[in-house]
Amino acid sequence: MILAHYNYWVVVLLMMIGLYTIMAHSNLVKKLLGLMMFQTSVFLMFISLGKIEGGTAPILTGDAVAYSNPLPHVLILTAIVVGVATTAVGLALVVRIHEAYRTIEEFEAIERDKRENQPA
Amino acid sequence: MNTQLPVLVVLIPLLIAPLIVLVRNPTAAWALFGAAAVSSFALAVQCLLLVQEQGLLQAFLGGWEPPFGIEYRIDLANAIVLCLVSGIALLVTPMAKASIEREISEPRIYLFYACLTLCLTGLLGMAATGDAFNVFVFLEISSLSGYALIAMGNSRRALLASFRYLVMGTVGGTFFLTGVGLLYALTGTLNMADLAGSLTMGFDSRVLIAAAAFIVVGLSIKIALFPVHAWLPAAYAEAPSAVTAFMAATATKVAAYVLLRFAATVIGPVVVFATLPIGTALVWLACIAMVAGSIAAIYQTDFKRLLAWSSLAQIGYIVLGIGLGTDAGASAALTHMVNHGVIKCGLFVIAGVLVWRHGQATVANFAGMPQQSPWLFAAFVIGALGLIGVPGTGGFISKWVLLQALIAESAWVAVAAVLVSSLLAVIYCWRVVEIAWFGDSDASQPPPAASRTPVGATLSLAMLSGLVVYLGVHSSWLVELTAQAGADLFGVGR
Repeated sequence: MILAHYNYWVVVLLMMIGLYTIMAHSNLVKKLLGLMMFQTSVFLMFISLGKIEGGTAPILTGDAVAYSNPLPHVLILTAIVVGVATTAVGLALVVRIHEAYRTIEEFEAIERDKRENQPA
Repeated sequence: MNTQLPVLVVLIPLLIAPLIVLVRNPTAAWALFGAAAVSSFALAVQCLLLVQEQGLLQAFLGGWEPPFGIEYRIDLANAIVLCLVSGIALLVTPMAKASIEREISEPRIYLFYACLTLCLTGLLGMAATGDAFNVFVFLEISSLSGYALIAMGNSRRALLASFRYLVMGTVGGTFFLTGVGLLYALTGTLNMADLAGSLTMGFDSRVLIAAAAFIVVGLSIKIALFPVHAWLPAAYAEAPSAVTAFMAATATKVAAYVLLRFAATVIGPVVVFATLPIGTALVWLACIAMVAGSIAAIYQTDFKRLLAWSSLAQIGYIVLGIGLGTDAGASAALTHMVNHGVIKCGLFVIAGVLVWRHGQATVANFAGMPQQSPWLFAAFVIGALGLIGVPGTGGFISKWVLLQALIAESAWVAVAAVLVSSLLAVIYCWRVVEIAWFGDSDASQPPPAASRTPVGATLSLAMLSGLVVYLGVHSSWLVELTAQAGADLFGVGR
């Protein structure tokens, strides 16, 4: 029963690893990696929703009885594009943050702001 | 009725955005953004009028009928939100020109306006669409362009603020996507009206409960409701002033509208307010947000940050109306979306003028400024009165409607929280007034030449302040409109 739905366990596991990485790491690139993993877990959930046991690709050939649902795949194509765009914007921000602060550790950047804002 | 109007509202800004990138000239880019705002607003008003006449506008993309194709579906609630978003874009346009020329380096101005137009597209799309997955796509369009807009702020802190917003916003968007996926697994449809029809039995399904939780939490992050608000103050304070004026008045409001739509129709009040304690949770979190946001606002030294914290408190009023789960609560939420949008937009325009003059807007430097620029600070007083909710301003009307809805539900703790929050608003507004009018102006005052206001900003501010007073004095039409919209959302006959 539990193993029959192993795909959802994988989804939840990846989701939690992603969320934990986002929260636990101060390194901005690692945060982004966690974010990507978190998004990917949801993509996997959508894809496994569309699978029908014994189903084939949804091409009308006449002899197949069951077709896998193609709609979640199409939705996730869109969501993957969104994810790629998010990662691109995020990485661009990390590059700019590195230029401005000379670090990609969030806490160090905040420290630098505090230190350099204080009147000498 | 089937018409292309709802699609055009979204499509015109979407097509103008790449046009701006091609044109490249800063002034032309600004004019094109203005054209997008004008045309969207004209079409949104047209939608509102048609909806009032006929009740419902539907547009089927590509001619595919729902539930198979994507449907744009306008009823009173989204028509109001469409008018608010496009109207605010229109009112921010005159102010944006001078402010952006000062805050953003010239080679990047056209990219800035392209992002701003995309952000407008996303927000309008979220409000117009009748398809749950389409909401996610537009949510991400508005968010992604929003991250870029915030990162264009002057100080390097803008980059960190934008990155944090990106992380939290993406988590929120992905939560929403998870919830939509679970709803799809349950019903096999993504059309919002069809979902609402399939889920009316309010069955006790664990999948439905998980979906409701994911969607509410995801949208709460975009609304910046209390425990997940941390991205908002820094993002609003560091973003270019025109962006803050636009996004503070629209982005969180549209997310709140989507929450209202999902709670009231798609998932259904039975599940959200009866089976699950989501309504109660929203009411409590809203109360905490109203009080804590106002207290935090009292301690801010930066004017934009003060207004941002005040926004968190004001968002509490909107969520409070949604959390009540009644049609009166929904209409109070919609009324406050409009009123707070107009008021806060005006106040952020003032912040934008101050940043334009002095490069920053620190409250401590306000001393003596009202003597130099009486009209600017008169506008501030109007906005502040609106935030507090003094009769004669729009803020009073929405608080009045909200209090009526609360009293009808005997939610006395929430009534007390609204009153306490209003009192705290008096304190943080008075702090500014006290420093500005009665503070000692030191000798390091800027020369009088620096104290003029750009023509565009004057125009924006005059219209916004006028609107605050107009909505406070001649408010019956808005109240009737939102009351009908709330009744429609909850399917209550009137």
